[in-house]
Amino acid sequence: MRIMSPLAKIGTWFDRRLQLAAPIREAAEHPIPRNTSSWWYVFGSAALTVFILQIVTGILLALVYVPSGAEAWSSLQALNHDITLGWFIRAMHGWGSNFMVAIVLIHMVQVFLFGAYKFPRELTWIIGVFLLLMTLGMAFSGQVLRFDQDAYWGLGIGASIASRVPILGSAIVKLMLGGPIIAGATLSRFFALHVFVIPGLLIGFVGLHVLMVLKLGINEWPMPGRIVKRATYVSEYHELTQKDGVPFFSYGAWKDMFFAAFIILAVAACALYFGPFGPSGRPDPTIIQTVPKPDYFFLWLYALLSLLPPSLETPVLLVGPVLAIAGLLLLPFLSGEGEKSWKRRPIAVLTVLLIAITLGTFTHLAGYTPWSPHMNAWISDPVPDRYIHHSTALERQGALVFQVKQCRNCHSLGEIGGQRGPALDSVAVRLTQDQLIRQVIQGGGNMPAYGKNLSPAETTALVAFLETLHPNGEPPARDASRDLALSDENQSGVKPPGVRLSGMKP
Amino acid sequence: MATKPAFAPPTDAAISRRGFLMKLGILLNAVAASLVAVPVVGFLLSSITRGRANGYLSWVPLGKVSEFPEGETRLATFQNPYVMPTDGKTADTACWVRRIAGEQFQVFAVNCAHLGCPVRWFPQSALFMCPCHGGAYYRDGSRASGPPERGLFEYPYKIENGLITIQAGELPTPGAAIADLTAGKKPCVS
Repeated sequence: MRIMSPLAKIGTWFDRRLQLAAPIREAAEHPIPRNTSSWWYVFGSAALTVFILQIVTGILLALVYVPSGAEAWSSLQALNHDITLGWFIRAMHGWGSNFMVAIVLIHMVQVFLFGAYKFPRELTWIIGVFLLLMTLGMAFSGQVLRFDQDAYWGLGIGASIASRVPILGSAIVKLMLGGPIIAGATLSRFFALHVFVIPGLLIGFVGLHVLMVLKLGINEWPMPGRIVKRATYVSEYHELTQKDGVPFFSYGAWKDMFFAAFIILAVAACALYFGPFGPSGRPDPTIIQTVPKPDYFFLWLYALLSLLPPSLETPVLLVGPVLAIAGLLLLPFLSGEGEKSWKRRPIAVLTVLLIAITLGTFTHLAGYTPWSPHMNAWISDPVPDRYIHHSTALERQGALVFQVKQCRNCHSLGEIGGQRGPALDSVAVRLTQDQLIRQVIQGGGNMPAYGKNLSPAETTALVAFLETLHPNGEPPARDASRDLALSDENQSGVKPPGVRLSGMKP
Repeated sequence: MATKPAFAPPTDAAISRRGFLMKLGILLNAVAASLVAVPVVGFLLSSITRGRANGYLSWVPLGKVSEFPEGETRLATFQNPYVMPTDGKTADTACWVRRIAGEQFQVFAVNCAHLGCPVRWFPQSALFMCPCHGGAYYRDGSRASGPPERGLFEYPYKIENGLITIQAGELPTPGAAIADLTAGKKPCVS
C-alpha cells in the first residue's frame, strides 16, 4: 500500500465530508466536441472572469466609498488622491465595467451567429438576455455611484424618460429617485441596486447559465448543412461527443485560461495607462455650466435622443425597449430549429451588421455632438479677418451683430462654431437677400426666430454681412424675378406677362 | 438485515395526516408572508405615497423682488423644501427668474423640457439653450427649436412682503405636477 502524502490525506479528509471532488471532476472532464476547443468559445468564460474581477474590485472600493449624497463625491476624491493605489482600484473597476459590457456583447453575437441559441439551449439564451440586461443595469447604476455632475444629470435624463410612461410616470420617477428630487435617497437606492440587488441576481443567473452549459453540452461547431431537429438533435450531439469528443479539461480549458489572463492584464493595462473615470464636477445642481454626457455604452442612446423627431421620441423610448427585449427573448422560439452555420444565415449576419453599424454611427456622432450648440463659440472666436476685408461699414456692423448675437453657437464660420445649423461660409450662394431676412426674422427648420431680438437696423446690417459670404468667383444667389420686376417698373411701369415669372420664384 | 426501511411506506391515513399538516404549514407561511408584505410594500412605496398628499410641494422664497432687474433674466437658487440629512449640495436647486415688469415674473426650471439637462440663458441672443440635445427656448420659455415638445417648465409664483416666492419641491419632468400646472400655457406671450 502506497503511503499518502500529508496533503492528499488532508484532501481526502475534506472530500469524505464534502463529497465534491467527483462532481467537480465530472464537470471539468465532460466531453466536448473536438472542434469546439476553439478561440471563438472563450468569451463566455471571459465574461465570468471580468465579473469576478468586478466583484473583487467592487468590494475593495466599498471599503472606502461612502454612499451618501453629501459625501460620495469627496470619498471618490479621497480614493483618487489620498489612499494608496485607490486610483488604480477605481480604474480597474471602471475599465472592468467597459470590458464586461463589451465581452458580454461579443459573446452574445458569437452565440447568435453560431446558432447556439437553438434547441435545446433556448433557456440558456433567455437567461443570457437577462444577464445582458443586468450587465447594462450595473453599468448605469455604477455611473450613478460615481456621484458627479454627469451622474446627477444622467439621473435627470433617466427620470425624464421614466416620467413619460402614461399615468404611472410621476409615481415611477418618485420610486426611482426615492423622493421628489435627485438627492441623497436616490444615491442610496442606486447603491443598494448596484451592490446587493443586481449582483445577487447576477450571481444566481450566472450559476444557472453555466449549469445549463454543463448539462446540455457546449454548442458544437456549426457545419453548413447540419440541420437542428428537435427529434434527433440530442442523440446526434451525444454521438458527436462520444465518437469525436475530448474532455473539456484541458482540451478547451487552456484557451479559456489564456484568454482570461489576457483580459485581466488588458483591464489592468488600461487602468494603468488611462487611469480612473472621473469623478467630474461636484454634484451641485446650482452649477449649470456643465455638459452632461453618459458613459461610452450609452452614448448611442444619447445620440438617438437628439436625432429622433420630437413626436416619435416618447413612443420609441417606451415601446422600443419592450420590442427589443421581446424580440431577443422570442428568438429561440421563432428559429429554434434549422441551420446553425452563419454561412447559411445571411439575414442573421446582416442583422448583426446593421445593428453594429447603427450603434457605431450613433456612438461616433455622440463623440462630437453636431446637434448641440457650442455654448461659448461666440466669446472665444471672433469673425475671421478674411471675411471682413474690403467690407463696407454696414457689413462690418453686421459682422459685429453676428458675433454679439451668438450666431456661432449654432453656425460655424471658418470651421469654428456649432454644427447645429449649416456652416455659413457660403450662405449667400444658397439664400437670396429676401430669404436671408425671412430666415433671420422668422427662423424655421430648427432655427429660432430672431425677429423680436433684432432691431430692423441690426437685421439689415446682419443680412448685408451674410450676403458677402460667398466664395470668390461664385456670385451670390439672386431672385431673378425681383430684378425683372424692378427693371420693368423702371422702364415703363408696364407689368410683365405672368408667363415669364412662373417657375422663377424659389 | 433491517426488515423495515428507514422511511416506512406511508399508509393512506398517514398521508392525509402529514399532508394536511404540510398544507397547513404552507398556509401559515402564506399568511405570515402577506402580513409582513404590507409594511414592506408600504415602506417601498413611501416615496410615492408621501407625494400624493402634496407633501412635497411648498412655497419657497427666492429673494427680494428688487434683486431682479426689470427686463432681465437671472439665475436664482433655493433649497428644496423636502431635505434629508444625506442630501448635501443636491438639495439645492437653480431656477431662471425673468422679471418682465413690476410684479410680473416668470420663473423657469433649469431642467430642459426634453430630458432635463440644465438650460443656460444667453441674454445677447435672448435664448435658453440646452447643452445636451440642442433644445432652445425663447425668453418667455416657449419652445424655439430642437427636440423639446413644449416650453420650459414654470414654477407658480407669488409676491409676498417684497419677496418672490415659488411653489417648488419636485424635480420638473414631463410627468411631474409642475408640468400640469404649466401645460396649458400658450407660447410666445412676450
